[in-house]
Amino acid sequence: MRGSGAQNPKRGSAEHDGDRHIEALIHLAQASAFDLLALSPPGWGGNLLRGLMNSVLIAVGAFSIGILIGIGGAFGKLYGGPVTRDLLELYTTLVRAIPELVLILLLYFAGTDLINRLLEALGYQRIDINGLVAGICVLGIVQGAYSTEVIRGAILAIPQGQIEAARAYGMSPGLMLRRITLPAMLPFAIPGLANLWLIATKDTALLAIVGFNELTQETRTAASTTKAYFTFFLAAGALYLLLTLFSNVIIARVERWARRGMYMETH
Amino acid sequence: MSARSADLIDAGARASLWLQPHRLVLIAIGLALVVCAAVFMRWDWLPDYYDLALQGIWRTIWILAVTCVLGFMLAVPIGFVQVTGPRWLSLPAYWFCTVIRGTPLLLQLWFLYYGLGSLFPQFPWIRESFLWPYLRQAWPYAILSLTLSYAAYEGEVMRGAFAGVARGQLETARAFGMSRWKVFRRIWLPQAIYRALPTLAGETVLQLKATPLVATITVVDIYAVASRVRQSTFIVYEPLLLLAVIYLCITGILVLAFRKLEARIPNRLG
Amino acid sequence: MLKTFKIAAAAAIIAASGVAMASAEPLKVGFSPEAYPPFYEADASGNWTGWEVEIVNAICAEAKYECELVPIPWDGLIPALTTKKIDAIMNSMSITAERQKSIDFTDKYYNTPTAVIGPKGETFDASPESLKGKIIGVQVSTVHADYVKKHFTEAAEVKEYQTQDEANQDLAAGRIDATQADSIALDAFLQSDQGKACCDLKGYVAEDLEILGPGVGAGVRKEDTATKDRLNAAIKAIRDNGKYDEITKKYFTFDIYGG
Repeated sequence: MRGSGAQNPKRGSAEHDGDRHIEALIHLAQASAFDLLALSPPGWGGNLLRGLMNSVLIAVGAFSIGILIGIGGAFGKLYGGPVTRDLLELYTTLVRAIPELVLILLLYFAGTDLINRLLEALGYQRIDINGLVAGICVLGIVQGAYSTEVIRGAILAIPQGQIEAARAYGMSPGLMLRRITLPAMLPFAIPGLANLWLIATKDTALLAIVGFNELTQETRTAASTTKAYFTFFLAAGALYLLLTLFSNVIIARVERWARRGMYMETH
Repeated sequence: MSARSADLIDAGARASLWLQPHRLVLIAIGLALVVCAAVFMRWDWLPDYYDLALQGIWRTIWILAVTCVLGFMLAVPIGFVQVTGPRWLSLPAYWFCTVIRGTPLLLQLWFLYYGLGSLFPQFPWIRESFLWPYLRQAWPYAILSLTLSYAAYEGEVMRGAFAGVARGQLETARAFGMSRWKVFRRIWLPQAIYRALPTLAGETVLQLKATPLVATITVVDIYAVASRVRQSTFIVYEPLLLLAVIYLCITGILVLAFRKLEARIPNRLG
Repeated sequence: MLKTFKIAAAAAIIAASGVAMASAEPLKVGFSPEAYPPFYEADASGNWTGWEVEIVNAICAEAKYECELVPIPWDGLIPALTTKKIDAIMNSMSITAERQKSIDFTDKYYNTPTAVIGPKGETFDASPESLKGKIIGVQVSTVHADYVKKHFTEAAEVKEYQTQDEANQDLAAGRIDATQADSIALDAFLQSDQGKACCDLKGYVAEDLEILGPGVGAGVRKEDTATKDRLNAAIKAIRDNGKYDEITKKYFTFDIYGG
């Protein structure tokens, strides 16, 4: 760029000035992309990885809570009384119709406030709900609505004979759940649950809106401090993509494991 | 006439089945909660923001409609080339779906808006180009990223739908002497769309739920209006509750509309 | 792992002076996790630094609080305070009548003029006439957003950003014609490589005490007069004992406390 400027003496000095700025900027962008992403300070790579760890932690927590709610919700919907069923229907409908962002804001601010007001009314001490726990719970509640539907569908897909046979053997409901229903529904539930896991990893990004330090928020902080928006958003995208691809590998294995023996059963 | 009266009786029976005693109690509790919310919470800000809220709702619906239509138009070729296209087309399409589906939409949005925006000062000619008036504004980025997102998710659905159309039908059509294009237009595409239709409602609701993210890049949709109310009045819950109700209504309308659509289309396909 | 790290300084000073640790009460101080140099700035090891962070440290040490910085987005700070998620806001929040309807403030701890910056090569100043037809970017829910809406009514558009940094970013990208904010925060941007390349100071806005307020104070809950009194005493103490000047000298060549 400097060469072309020298060869063309007609160019104005203001333009020259602009050229130098651009050159400096491009130089800055190229030379520092790797320095910026270095793992130890002054590089920001360590921060991004810490953010990724937080994201994975929230996703795991939310996904687990979601499955617990889902199992309870599915059984409630299938075998519960009319009131339980209606309330669960309300829960799954509301969560699936309202944007996660709005739910997160509502539950994040209102949820913790309500719990504390309730505790105070009952004469207990206020509890301090930190961002991590609140984030996990909020996303868990969202995930729960979707897993309820997935697990309900999976239970319905179990050949009815198996459950009847278990009943005929005189199994208690708890034993039947542990030995028959849960293992038998697993192969049917796994594709849906795998999808939910992928959604959970990506939904953690929404916690950036409430200022929680997961990957997207760390990226935003790094980008705004260094002004290297392009580099950092690209790097964070790559990390999320790796997480997804890695999850896909694991999911394929789990699916194979859960389906073991299925082939023989059909014969 | 008799069919219609039978329908009415049927509807009446269903209604009475639905209105069981415990439901009446639940509805009463729900109404009581609504009345409590109306009486005890603060709604005095509503008149001030009424016009802005209507504009916001309109903008949300507009963004939803445009991105769904554009996204679906993109999803058809993306799904199709993955089924029969040459490698140099199917591979990029596959990676497009993987990348978009594998990263959060919020990040994509910020990447497009702030990431690309940070490159503008390095390329002064961009500001002289005829696109600059659009590149300056926020909504093209919102539309672009939401469209790409919808195209990737629905493209995956369309891939399955194209692959799912029975081979025999296509072969028969070819045997009848139809050109490849005609087979695609008359047999393959309509059947694939018909197969993808049940997922459309769900994907569109998910798309609606993604629209509030555009508020983070200064597009003033209904979510941004609610944020503005929260920020200037410091009222925390009321705007969010109303916002949730608004989204609930839009979702309800969408679901009903798609149900109507789905009920009509199979008849046409015969 | 969370960046809600404790400020060790308070504890260290108390330990050094031989006072029992137990006497340091915890105080959750909310701040917005965004780059707002020179007041708040993240470093690559995940710590927050800057003039205001040091002032928070000093105030907490003086008032014998064990402070914890809690990151909350700017627009969620006041709700977080009223719902007791945090106990105080020290985040360059101006004392205004509008905010005082919801929360209370301590005395000011700094006050600086408000400026407007714009792209190099364009000549305009911070008057309503000269900003006519321009797109102005401001941070949401700030005195500047209110000021722009009241005084620059003939602006083509007022764009509201979640953080001031994003407004600066869009100014550099050429998406907005001007942005209004605290003069020191804007100056820090103008001193950066990006700021030097794109923009310069256009002028200072006319005073409007009703909107811009008397300065920046710590936000506290209305009923929480105990915290307010204790913080007020600490602010006065660090002004008197030279701690405030000591910190300020590291960042500025003048006293930003204001008249």
